Amino acid sequence: MARAATTTDAFNAVAEPRRRQILDVLVRGERPVGDLVVALGVAQPVVSKHLKVLRDVGLVQVRDDGRQRVYRVDARPLREIHEWLAGYSDLWNERLDLLDEVLAELAAAESGTPAVRPPDVGSQHPEEQS
Amino acid sequence: MTSSTSTHNTERHSAPHHSGKATVSLPSDTQILITRHFDAPRALLWRAWTTPELVKKWWAGQRGQVTSAEIDLRVGGSYRYVLVANEGFEVGFHGEFSEIVDGEKIVKTEIFEGAPDGVAVNTDTFADAGGGTQLSVLVDCPDQQTRDMIVASGMEDGMQESYDALETVAGGLAAS
Repeated sequence: MARAATTTDAFNAVAEPRRRQILDVLVRGERPVGDLVVALGVAQPVVSKHLKVLRDVGLVQVRDDGRQRVYRVDARPLREIHEWLAGYSDLWNERLDLLDEVLAELAAAESGTPAVRPPDVGSQHPEEQS
Repeated sequence: MTSSTSTHNTERHSAPHHSGKATVSLPSDTQILITRHFDAPRALLWRAWTTPELVKKWWAGQRGQVTSAEIDLRVGGSYRYVLVANEGFEVGFHGEFSEIVDGEKIVKTEIFEGAPDGVAVNTDTFADAGGGTQLSVLVDCPDQQTRDMIVASGMEDGMQESYDALETVAGGLAAS
């Protein structure tokens, strides 16, 4: 997938925890900056700085509503991240689902009973008859 | 009168034979973190994770077949996994173990042989949790480019994932 330069990259933008917090608030609906200041509990200049980064990468859009500026999420860059991460995430899910099966086989082979049981409880394996 | 009964009739449980879904997150510009809970004792997970014949059964996921798994599980020892993808091409990964705490932790390098300049360091940890085991794999990359390359390596031809999980993604990113 084509990726923008790192300075204008949604991936970098969401690597910063405060900016993820801002997105978490905005994903529930558009909010003026004052609400974000309250929600995050940090000073307005800090919030504004992060909002600028988010706007620069297109994750947040702003509109004027009377005297205040209202911010909202634009999820398109997130979709790009999601798609990008999805293949890798799928791969690990496939692996670990198969690993579940391996573990079930191991547990079954180890004892006919749940793996927490000591193996000699009720063991009557006449297997070794050399 | 409006009846305000909330109908939470089904709590979300995972399917009976899967104990969980892996969470993949990007804790920083240069890291990937995979976590997953297993309904299996730690010793068993460790064995499935470190025994070549067992690794062969799961490491390729649905993407192909592991044709070779060599594991010399000791500090300074090396490992190499090779899989033949369904499309026919061969993919190899190898690395060296730098730390091993038996049953608990493995630190190893991971080199994708298709792009051997990017050396990641993987920290696999196994912890008792909720009667089972919590696995976490932290992939530490030398730079963002390598991290991105590794993530992209998991991408198949299509984007089979639906588009409606955006809030989940945002939540997952925040939780990382």
